[in-house]
Amino acid sequence: MNKTLFDKLWDSHRVMTLEGGVDLIAIDRVFLHERTGSVALESIIESGRSPCSPEHVFVTMDHIVSNKPDRHKDDARTPGGDVFITATREAAKKTGINLIDVLDADQGIVHVISPELGIAQPGLTLVCPDSHTCSQGALGVLAWGIGSTDAEHAIVTGTMRVKKPPQMRITVTGILGAGVTAKDLALHIIKTYGAAGAKRCAVEYAGEAVQALSIEERLTLCNMAVEFAAFTAIIAPDETTFNYLEGRRFTPKDEMWQQATAQWKYLITDAAAEFDYDYVIEANDVKPTVTWGTSPAQAISIDSYIPHDADLKALSYMGVTRGENISKLKIDGAFIGSCTNSRLSDLRAAAKVLKGQQVADGVNAICVPGSMAVRREAEAEGLDKIFKAAGFAWGAAGCAFCFYAGGDTFAPGTRVISSTNRNFEGRQGPGVRTHLASPAVVAASAIAGKITAPKGVSS
Amino acid sequence: MMPFTTHTGTAAPLIRDNIDTDQIIPSREMKSVSKTGLSDGMFAGQRYLNDRIENPDFVLNQEIFRGASILLSGKNFGCGSSREHAVWALKEYGFKAIIAESFGEIFYNNCVRNGILCVTLDRTAIAALGDIVTIDLPHQRVDEIPFEIPLGDKQMLIEGLDGIDLTLQNETEISAHFAHDRVIRPWAYS
Repeated sequence: MNKTLFDKLWDSHRVMTLEGGVDLIAIDRVFLHERTGSVALESIIESGRSPCSPEHVFVTMDHIVSNKPDRHKDDARTPGGDVFITATREAAKKTGINLIDVLDADQGIVHVISPELGIAQPGLTLVCPDSHTCSQGALGVLAWGIGSTDAEHAIVTGTMRVKKPPQMRITVTGILGAGVTAKDLALHIIKTYGAAGAKRCAVEYAGEAVQALSIEERLTLCNMAVEFAAFTAIIAPDETTFNYLEGRRFTPKDEMWQQATAQWKYLITDAAAEFDYDYVIEANDVKPTVTWGTSPAQAISIDSYIPHDADLKALSYMGVTRGENISKLKIDGAFIGSCTNSRLSDLRAAAKVLKGQQVADGVNAICVPGSMAVRREAEAEGLDKIFKAAGFAWGAAGCAFCFYAGGDTFAPGTRVISSTNRNFEGRQGPGVRTHLASPAVVAASAIAGKITAPKGVSS
Repeated sequence: MMPFTTHTGTAAPLIRDNIDTDQIIPSREMKSVSKTGLSDGMFAGQRYLNDRIENPDFVLNQEIFRGASILLSGKNFGCGSSREHAVWALKEYGFKAIIAESFGEIFYNNCVRNGILCVTLDRTAIAALGDIVTIDLPHQRVDEIPFEIPLGDKQMLIEGLDGIDLTLQNETEISAHFAHDRVIRPWAYS
């Protein structure tokens, strides 16, 4: 056998090859959110069409919802954003798909709740009109981000018209050092290959360091694949995956579970399989990493200096200079949240740093758990008390300050250390300067009032 | 969808790498659940100064490029968020084609679905283009420069096809696939 994991999933879902080399790929699950899903659902209704398998289509509210703990069902965090919430709710009811509403116990960010509820399962195809759908490849799902028109297509026909992408494997050898996280690995990879470095490939992450990651860490790693132009990312499912999924709401039960796991074990890349690009990263080379510029590829290890050939436009926007020590930069804001780093293990890592500490004067610090389930679990462990005592705001689940869509955010010109995935100009608000980092680095920086690694982590 | 065959128009140069969809249509400009009413917010962060006053330095505010129908750019154009609103905004403004070194994957597909042609050329060829450019899709030429495009995308664009209508012609094959798969992977349907 000489098939990659991606080949196996692609071939088993190929209905047929159409003219022009495009494949018709069967889609097992569609997930939507109110920002881009609402328009897809409305368009389906307007055209008189309907979902072919409404029971396999899910929608939640995450992008625009208010993050205030006492929010009401229509409350948005942006002026006029409530129309996205109400329109989505109405369209979901009309089309008969599964609705996970604002005040439901299961509400949260799509890519947090889909694994959490066991909707994402090895071997399934899953599409969502959201670019970070690649996150879900962490469970051996063939999951990728699409546009709203393609979401309509997937919902109505149960398929996608898509040309098979080229393939890349990134093998991470060795084991990540103490205090080095999946976020650091993701940033290191993007920095190494560049923002277009994945060349539209389906990227399989493999190797000892990847196998050693928990599912939550794998989700973080796969999440950022789109930031270096991957079609998607995928990791072969293993015992870690099965242990994570067993007993979750939508995972198979009893005999079905036995049957499913027996087949999932074969979802691996064969030894003789070949990739269009086969790269190796040494885990030892990965350090706690932070971005200095306006692309996730503009990243450096936290103890180093902004490169001497750094892009002038990015330098100017970020208010930094070539050769400057990144760990000297004073910060005004700190955000822990987003589909990249808002799961329980992320909050634990941050809380460990924050315990008994105080956020520095003048730093606006916010934590928004990725789902209401994460929020409840964190509260059961008393993490919320640690965050609040340190001076962090403690929000209700959603995408929150990962992106600005109007409404409250950080002030123009302020410097924010953020556990999110994009440091584009204006991403967190007009003029806001975003530095991407892991939750532990965000927490340590919030306390120090400047970009810094947690104590005891050598960089 | 309007078929795309040949097009001659003004080509506005916005030559930078990694122009993301947040720049093309900032999230704050997506004000309603609609595919229209977006062109005013297109490139809002660069196109306007405070109070929506035009920024004279932005290429589309320069007289010669105002109302351009072809956009020229660098590597990885349309990377980032999947928001199709970026394409709807460009389309509503009047863009018919984008010529760049490479494109974000989701953005590229969104363009094909909306009848906008994405042409990939190298940096030197893009830099050499004049203010008025002719694109011939059937013959795969920008002025006299040949370009590559996947055949499936070319057909969809030239014929102005709706993907859903086209796919539903294969309903029999789709049903057969799912019927077969249901036996092999019953858990996926439970």
